[in-house]
Amino acid sequence: MSSATTVVKNPKEDVWNGGKSPMKASYGKLMMWFFLLSDAFTFSALLISYLMVRFTHPQFELPYSEFFFSDLHWPIPEKVFNAAPFLHGADLPLLFVGIMTFILILSSVTMVLAVEAGHRMDQKDVEKWMIWTIIGGVAFLACQAWEWSHFIHGTEEGLILSDGTKFFGANLAHNEYGPPLFADFFFFITGFHGLHVTSGVILNIIIFYNVVMGVYQRRGHYEMVEKVGLYWHFVDLVWVFVFTLFYLI
Amino acid sequence: MSTVDIDIHNTTDAHDHHDDHHHNENFFTKYVFSLDHKTIAKQFLITGLLWAFIGGLLSGIFRLQLGFPDADLTWLKPLLGDWIGADGKMDTEFYLAAVTMHGTIMVFFVLTAGLSGTFSNFLIPLQIGARDMASGFLNMLSYWFFFLSSVIMFISLFLETGPASGGWVIYPPLSALPQAMSGSGLGMTMWLVSMTFFIVSSLLGGINYITTVINLRTEGLSFAKLPLTIWAFFLTAVIGVLSFPVLFAAALLLVFDRSFGTSFYLSEIYIGGEALPNVGGSPILYQHLFWFLGHPEVYIVLLPALGITSEIIATNARKPIFGYRAMIGSMLGIAFLSFIVWAHHMFVSGLNPFLGSVFMFLTLIIAVPSAVKAFNYITTLWRGNIIFTPAMLFSIGLVSLFISGGVTGIVLGNSAIDIQLHDTYFVVAHFHLVMGSASFFGMMAGVYHWFPKMFGRMMNEKLGYVHFWMTFIGVYLVFFPMHYIGIAGFPRRYYSFTNFDAFSTFTDLNTFISIAAIITLTAQLIFAFNFFFSIFKGKLAPLNPWKSSTLEWTTPRLPGHGNWTGAIPKVYRWPYDYSKPGAKDDFIAQNVPYSETPESNLPMEQELAKFEKEDSDEVKKVNE
Repeated sequence: MSSATTVVKNPKEDVWNGGKSPMKASYGKLMMWFFLLSDAFTFSALLISYLMVRFTHPQFELPYSEFFFSDLHWPIPEKVFNAAPFLHGADLPLLFVGIMTFILILSSVTMVLAVEAGHRMDQKDVEKWMIWTIIGGVAFLACQAWEWSHFIHGTEEGLILSDGTKFFGANLAHNEYGPPLFADFFFFITGFHGLHVTSGVILNIIIFYNVVMGVYQRRGHYEMVEKVGLYWHFVDLVWVFVFTLFYLI
Repeated sequence: MSTVDIDIHNTTDAHDHHDDHHHNENFFTKYVFSLDHKTIAKQFLITGLLWAFIGGLLSGIFRLQLGFPDADLTWLKPLLGDWIGADGKMDTEFYLAAVTMHGTIMVFFVLTAGLSGTFSNFLIPLQIGARDMASGFLNMLSYWFFFLSSVIMFISLFLETGPASGGWVIYPPLSALPQAMSGSGLGMTMWLVSMTFFIVSSLLGGINYITTVINLRTEGLSFAKLPLTIWAFFLTAVIGVLSFPVLFAAALLLVFDRSFGTSFYLSEIYIGGEALPNVGGSPILYQHLFWFLGHPEVYIVLLPALGITSEIIATNARKPIFGYRAMIGSMLGIAFLSFIVWAHHMFVSGLNPFLGSVFMFLTLIIAVPSAVKAFNYITTLWRGNIIFTPAMLFSIGLVSLFISGGVTGIVLGNSAIDIQLHDTYFVVAHFHLVMGSASFFGMMAGVYHWFPKMFGRMMNEKLGYVHFWMTFIGVYLVFFPMHYIGIAGFPRRYYSFTNFDAFSTFTDLNTFISIAAIITLTAQLIFAFNFFFSIFKGKLAPLNPWKSSTLEWTTPRLPGHGNWTGAIPKVYRWPYDYSKPGAKDDFIAQNVPYSETPESNLPMEQELAKFEKEDSDEVKKVNE
């Protein structure tokens, strides 16, 4: 196989030589990573589809100050998402979604703190930070529910579509902000992401319950918290892309 | 189908009680909701084989239509009911449904789940020296999601409006509009639901295979000593985990277009004189998403078969596999390239010709690693002491099919030539040889080779030879003439050619193909008999019937849950020490230390033997 001059090293020194976990990760954690990799491809496919459709549609060519809604060109997102609860009629571009994003990122921070507390085997701290993470997740979902509801009900002005009918708000077939696919992709991708957040919150609640019952304290490690943590950070990371592609550009 | 499954398990159960008197598992935990990778593998295998017969039957039915367009098919009425009209002619939409379901069943249910599901599950723990998969529970779920998906797809065959009929690629808008054809109604909905569960199953299986190979290899089994089967299953799982989610996204968008009024794939369509409201979508988008899965899927189907072949050819040629590292390299190359060639399925979709030439270039590069593999098989066989077991014959058959189907791949990969050949029988001939038949041969080789380990009994060799020769000759008789028909311009998926004068000269050839196809399909019954009969009545298998060097043959004849009764064997050498100069036997198993074989060691291996000695000294010290 090789010449005699090769320096032969003891194969045991190689972590990939079998008999141990070469990446120093348990099988469960590896599985979570591969699942997330797979899920990343799902989201990539959706986001790339969105980008393709968006940039094959006519863009708004006139100066920014003259922007108007029409189903003949793609809307400027900050003109669509400029409302906030209790501030009726105010033009606050991207304020509310900014708050949502901030909440989700904060919940990722609390998740990191929960994982860190788990390393210290500090059950009380894990409980505390898990509960904050769950609150963050629920708050994000509540905000998204408000935003969806506002998007669906629309403005008081509505829009006269190119076929002459007047339309308020948005559904999967029509919307007052732009071409039908604008709302289609908005509902689909933020909905798909919201579904991920929802399942993340449910997972967090299950893990929180186990933490409170002392399951992981008895087990001697809080790896389950780390695993749901990975999922939670992933969901957060996906939101960063959704936010960038839907709201910022 | 489920009843058949349970019947089989029932009888196996009754039989096993004779052999071992003591086990505290009940019927359900042992045979139905089993966590044991070997049982799950058998579940995948038997479900996959049942699907193969359904898929084969469908192809027989539509070959009847193609080969004998004027025949009276009334005798099929008991099976097909109203799909055969009062005039004895096959319903045109049923023809499309049969073609679609044949493709779907064969690609996904037989050659993905039946091949990769069976052999990844069976061989990964056995060949890497693990007690079971990383997660037995997810592994069980993987099978049961596949089973659920199978049940839904099977029920869709019996719908009054027929199963999905838009081709296995289900391109919209045909598949998206229920009013486009009857098969795009409930049948298509069930197809999508079924495939969603299938993707979940494939994902659960895939992450399990990858994790198991990374984390659970026994001591000494580095990646550079893995049998090529494991490399193939590992890369297959990686490809599956990365490409199926894209099909998942595509399918979800299609579900929304079909059921919730969105326009992702639809734009400006008139159907039945009526304008649809959908604007702005793009059916080409679906094609991109689909083929991002669809092309890697070809390698998901093929790589396990190639891995199995590497193992069987080396064992039965009694020679080390030629170019072990080149084999791994070429599989890595194929796996990588499989993700960046998808648009070669779309040369005639209006793709920018420049982009077409880029994809053509990338596509043709795949010929390099493929040729490396083909040459390595041939050079492994070269001057070997070949033992022609049925498994070996099927493996050599695979090499033959891989070459003759691969060569036409180079033809089709050229975007300019593809414009003439696209969607003709030339394409059908190409992928049935290189992907369909080659993978099927790999699957059969695997069944014949590992049957003794699966069921503790041998299959009948004579029947195996008959099965091989009928299948091998039959496959060539079916698919070779299709190249000519394709070059002549026959489009695929057409119900009838006799409507076109230009094609009537080929009626004889079509009849010939149909007869060959039906004979080949009938030959599979020999296999079915051999398989099911040998499970119960075959000769008892010796521990290592093929004198193979890999770890699975160090287990008991019928390994229990946990595979090895004592400690897990350690691995010291690569899996291909066949006919090593100086060795006592003509093979040295992977778990034999170099220190025990000084007569055949190479200088470097002598060095390694010293480390083995040091290690065992250390162990002794610790024990004292």
